[in-house]
Amino acid sequence: MNILDPQGPIAAAEKTILIDSIGIMLAIVVPTIVAILAFAFWFRHSNSRAQYLPNWAYSGRLELVVWSIPTLTIILLGGVAWIGSHELDPARPVEGTGPPITVQVVSLDWKWLFIYPDQRVATVNSLTVPVGSPLNLRLTSASVMNAFFIPQLGTILYTMNGMVTRLHLRADEVGDLQGLSAHFSGDGFPEMLFDVHVVSQPAFGDWASNAARTGRPLNADTYKSELLKQSVPKDKTVYHLEDPELFQSIASQRIPPGPGPQLQGPKEAANTGASDVR
Amino acid sequence: MFGKLTLDAIPLSQPIPLIAGGVVLVAILAVLAWVVIAGHLPYLWKEWITSVDHKRIGVMYTLLAMVMLLRGGSDAILMRGQLAIAYQSQGFLPPEHYNQIFSAHGTIMIFFVAMPFVIGLMNFVVPLQLGVRDVAFPTLNSVGFWLTATGALLVNISLVVGEFARTGWLPYPPLSELTYSPTVGVDYYLWSLEISGVGTLVAGINLVTTVLKIRTKGMNYLRMPMFCWTTLASNLLIITAFPILTATLAMLILDRYLGFHFFTNEAGGNLMMFMNLIWAWGHPEVYILVLPAFGIFSEVVSTFSGKPLFGYRSMVLATMAICVISFMVWLHHFFTMGAGPNVNAIFGIASMIIAVPTGVKIYNWLFTMYGGRIRFTTPMLWAVGFMVTFILGGLTGVLVAVPPADFLLHNSLFLVAHFHNVIIGGVLFGVFAGYIYWFPKAFGFRLHEGLGKIAFWFNFIGFYVTFVPLYAAGMLGMTRRMQHYDIYEWRSWMIAAGVGTALLSIGVLFQVAQLVVSILRRDELRDYTGDPWDARSLEWSTASPPPVFNFAVMPEVKTEDAYWEMKAKAAHGEPQPEIHYQPIEMPRNSPTGFVCAFFATITGFSLIWHIWWLVIAGVIGAFVTFVVFAWRDSDEYEIPAAEVERVDRENIAERRSLVTAAGSV
Amino acid sequence: MSMVAVTAHGHSLGIVEHPGPASKRIITGYGFWIFLLSDIIMFSCFFAAFAVLMGQTAGGPTGAQLFELRNVAIETIALLLSSFACGMASIAADVRNQFWFQVAMVVTAVLGLAFLTIEFREFASLIARGAGPTRSAFLSAFFTLVGCHGLHVSAGILWLFTMMAQVYAKGFRADIQRRMLCFALFWHALDIIWVAVFSVVYLLGSMA
Repeated sequence: MNILDPQGPIAAAEKTILIDSIGIMLAIVVPTIVAILAFAFWFRHSNSRAQYLPNWAYSGRLELVVWSIPTLTIILLGGVAWIGSHELDPARPVEGTGPPITVQVVSLDWKWLFIYPDQRVATVNSLTVPVGSPLNLRLTSASVMNAFFIPQLGTILYTMNGMVTRLHLRADEVGDLQGLSAHFSGDGFPEMLFDVHVVSQPAFGDWASNAARTGRPLNADTYKSELLKQSVPKDKTVYHLEDPELFQSIASQRIPPGPGPQLQGPKEAANTGASDVR
Repeated sequence: MFGKLTLDAIPLSQPIPLIAGGVVLVAILAVLAWVVIAGHLPYLWKEWITSVDHKRIGVMYTLLAMVMLLRGGSDAILMRGQLAIAYQSQGFLPPEHYNQIFSAHGTIMIFFVAMPFVIGLMNFVVPLQLGVRDVAFPTLNSVGFWLTATGALLVNISLVVGEFARTGWLPYPPLSELTYSPTVGVDYYLWSLEISGVGTLVAGINLVTTVLKIRTKGMNYLRMPMFCWTTLASNLLIITAFPILTATLAMLILDRYLGFHFFTNEAGGNLMMFMNLIWAWGHPEVYILVLPAFGIFSEVVSTFSGKPLFGYRSMVLATMAICVISFMVWLHHFFTMGAGPNVNAIFGIASMIIAVPTGVKIYNWLFTMYGGRIRFTTPMLWAVGFMVTFILGGLTGVLVAVPPADFLLHNSLFLVAHFHNVIIGGVLFGVFAGYIYWFPKAFGFRLHEGLGKIAFWFNFIGFYVTFVPLYAAGMLGMTRRMQHYDIYEWRSWMIAAGVGTALLSIGVLFQVAQLVVSILRRDELRDYTGDPWDARSLEWSTASPPPVFNFAVMPEVKTEDAYWEMKAKAAHGEPQPEIHYQPIEMPRNSPTGFVCAFFATITGFSLIWHIWWLVIAGVIGAFVTFVVFAWRDSDEYEIPAAEVERVDRENIAERRSLVTAAGSV
Repeated sequence: MSMVAVTAHGHSLGIVEHPGPASKRIITGYGFWIFLLSDIIMFSCFFAAFAVLMGQTAGGPTGAQLFELRNVAIETIALLLSSFACGMASIAADVRNQFWFQVAMVVTAVLGLAFLTIEFREFASLIARGAGPTRSAFLSAFFTLVGCHGLHVSAGILWLFTMMAQVYAKGFRADIQRRMLCFALFWHALDIIWVAVFSVVYLLGSMA
C-alpha cells in the first residue's frame, strides 16, 4: 500500500509531484528553520557579542524579500498544481495496450462490489484486471459515502449514492495489490479492504470467461437479498452478471439505497436512544 | 413522559464509559461538597458565576478549555492505545465505541478546547490592551460563556446517558442521517453545537464591536497591539462563518427530526451541498483558531526579544489578507469529490496563496528576534517551538493543496498528522504560551518556570514522536478512523505513535503540576509590579490582578507599544501628569448568563431525547429570563472617586517601591 | 533604554487622533448591525440551499404548480406597511409620545400577524395537499427558507409586545430607547429579507 512504490502511471505521476513539491518547499523551509534556531541562539540574552538593536523594526528591502520568497514559491507550485490537476484529472482517460476494461464499482455497507458489464462478471472485495489495459472505472455507492482507493495505482475518488464518478487508471506490473475505502462509512468500515489482482491479458480473459460460467447469478433480486443489507462478508464471492443494467439501476436509485442498522432489540434501541420518529 | 429516555440509556454494561463517568461524577460531587461546606458558594456566585467582568469570564473560558483538554486528551490516549495493539485484533474498543471516541475527540478539541481557550485569552487581554474598562456587551459576554459551557456539558453527558455521534467530528450525510445513524448520538452533537454556536457568535459580535468602537484616546488602529488586530480578524471570521454552521446543522436537524430531505439519499437530497456548506464554515474556523495564536506569538516574541515587532504594518496586512482569503479555499477539503480540474486547480492555488501572508509572519517574527536580547522564558520556548513546528505543518498543508498530491493523501494519516501539526504546533503552543505569559496578570503570581520548561520539552518532543510516525503511515496508505488494521507495515508506526502519546500525556501532567505547585508556592512567585516580563503593551501598566475597572484613568496613547513609551518617559524622569480621579460606572453582575444556560441545557437535553413538554418549558424559561433581565432598573453601579483613588495609589506605591529598589524600570 | 522607543508610525502626517470609546447608543447600534449581518449570512445559506435544491422535486409538485402569487402580494404589502408603522413607532419614541408609540406598535403587530396568518395558512394548505416539506428536497428548502423568515417574524412580534410592555411600565428610558433602536433595525431587516424571499422563491420559483 506504499504510495511511494507506484505500480501504474497515475500513481507514478502523482508521486513525482509529491516528491517535487516537498523538495521545492524544503529548499525554503530548511534555511528558514536554520535561521530561526541560529538567531534564537545567537541573540540570546547572555551573548554579549550580539548586537542589540532595540529600535530596529522596519526594513523596506527585507519586506520585499520576505513577501517575495513565499510568493515565488507559490507561483512555482501553483503551476505544478494547475498542470497536474489537468493531466491527472480522474475523469481523463489513460492510454494503454489492449482493449479498455470497464469496471463498475459499488460501495456497500461494508464491502465492495465490482461489476464487469462487458464480461458479465461481478466480484465482491476482489478486483482482477489485465496488465497494461486502460481501466475505465465508474463509481457509485449503494448507501453512504465511501472513497475508492488503490494506493499503488493512484487517485482516491468518492463514491456517492445517486451519482456516478469516473476514474481512469492503469496497472503496469503483474502482481497483487491492495485497495481500501478512504472515507469512514460506519461500524464495518475497517473491513472494507479489497484485493487487486493484476494478471496478464490472456489470464484475464480466462478468468473472466470462467467466472461468467461458474459464478452465482447476480441480478437485482440477489443483489438486494445478499449484498444490500449491512454485513461484512467472509468470502470474496464471484458472480455471473445476469443483469447488465444492474449498475445503472443502483446509480439511478431505481434500486433504492441500502437500509441502515437493524438494531438488535428494544434494549439496544433504548441504550442508544434509537429514534422512533416516522 | 420522558420521550425516548429510559434507564437503559445508562451504559451499565460498558466498563470504560461507566468508570470514566463514575470518576468524573465523584470528582464533581467532591468539588461541589468542598465548595459548599467551606462556605465558598456565595463568593463563587457573586464573584464568578454572575460576573460580567471580561477578566473573570476570560479566566472561566480558559478553565473550561483546560478541563476539556483532559477529556479530549483521554480520548486520544484511548485511540492511540487501541491502534498500537489492534493489529490483526479487535483491540479493547469495539467499533461502536471507537467510532464515538474519535468523533468526541475531534468535536471536543475544536469546539470545547481550542475555541474557548482563544476566546478566553482574547476576552481577558483585549480590553486591557485597548486601555478600556470592559468589552462592548458585558452581560452578553457572560451569556456567551455559559452557553459554551452548556455545549460542553451536553457532550459529556452523552458519555453516561445514551451515546455520542459515530460519524467523525463533521457529520457527513448520509451517514449522519436518521437511516444510517438512528441513535441519539448525532442529536447530542447537533444540539450541543447549535447551542454553543450561539455563544461563540455572541463572543464574536462582542469582540468586533470592542476593537472597532471601544479603544482609549489616541489608540488609532495602527497603534493597537498586534494581538488586537488578530482578535479583530478572528472575530470577523466568527461572525461571518458561524452562521453557516448554524444553518447547516439546522438543515441536518430538520432532516433527522422532521423528515426533510436536504441531504438524504432519497427525494433529491444532496450530500455534496452539506460538504460545501460545512467546509465554507470549517475552513475559516481553523483560521479563527490560529489567528489569535499568531497574535500571542507577536506579543511574546517582541516582549522577550526586547524589541518592537518587526514590520508591524506588514503584519497587519498579512493578518487581514489571511482573514479574507480563508473564505476562498474551502473546496480543498474535498478535491477527491471529482469537481473537475479547473475547479480543483483554482482552489488549490487559492490555498497556496494563503501560505504567503503566513510565511511573511514567520519572517517578521524571525527579524523581531534579530538584534534582540532574547530571554528564554517558557513562553519564548513555546514561541520558537511553534515557529519550527508550524512551518513544517504549513509545508505539509501546501503539499496537500496540490490536488494530484491530495489524490494520494486525502483522508490518510498524513492528513491527520498535517492538521494536528498546525493545530498543536500553532494553536495549542500559542495558547500555552499565552496562558503562561498572562497568568501573572490574571492572578498576581507567576507560574513555576522549571516545571513549565519540562512540560514544554515533553510536549514538543512528544508531538514529533506521535505525529511523524503518522506521516509515515499515511505515506504507506493508512487511512484515518480505522478501528483495527491487518497491514503489517503500519504496525511499528502505530506503536511509535503510542509512545509519543505517552510523552505528550506526561507533558500535560507537568502543565497540571506546574499549576498546582505554583498555587501552593504563590507567595514566592508573587508579581508585585504588574510587569513581570518588562513588556510593551498597556495591560502591563495595571496591577496584577487589575482592579475591576482596569484603569483608574484611561490612558492617552501616542504611539505603538504604548506602555513601553510610558516606561521610557518615566525613566527619563519626565514628570507624571497629575491624576484627576473621577467616579467610575461599572456594569452590574447578573445571573442572566447562568440561568439562560441552565434553560438551554434543559432544552438541549430534552430535544435530544424527544421530551417535548420539557422543550417547551425550557424555551419559555429562557424567554422569561431575558424579560426579567430586561426589566431591571439599574444596570450599572458607581465606584466613588475616593475608592478609585485609594486603589490606584496603593498600586502605584507598590510599583514605585520596587522600581526604586531595583534602580531601573 | 536611553532612547525613547517611538517608531515612525505614530508620527505620520496629519493623523487624526482617536477620540476614545464611542457612546453607548453607537456601540449598541453597531453591535446589533453586526448581529443582523450575521443573521443575513445565515439566511444566505438557506437561499443557497434553495437555489441548489430548486429543481429536485422528486416527481412531486413544482413551485409553479404550488405558489399563489396573490397571497404573496398581500403578505408583501402587509410587511411593507408594518415597516412603515414601525418607523412611526420609532419617531414616536424619539419624541417620547407614549400614546402614538403604542398605537403604532399595535398597527405593526397587527400587520405582522396578518402576514403570519397568511403564511401559516399557505403552509397548512400545502401540507394538506401532500406538498409538505417531507415530499421533496425542493419543498424542504422552500419550507425552511420561508419558515425561517416566518420564525424570525414571530420572534419579532414577541419582542414587539415586550417593548410595548417595557415602554408602558418604564417610559422612554435611555436603555429602553436603545432596545427600541435594535427592534426597529430587526423589523426593517426582516422586511428586506422578505423582498429577497419573494423574489428568489416565489417569483423565480414560479418560472421554473
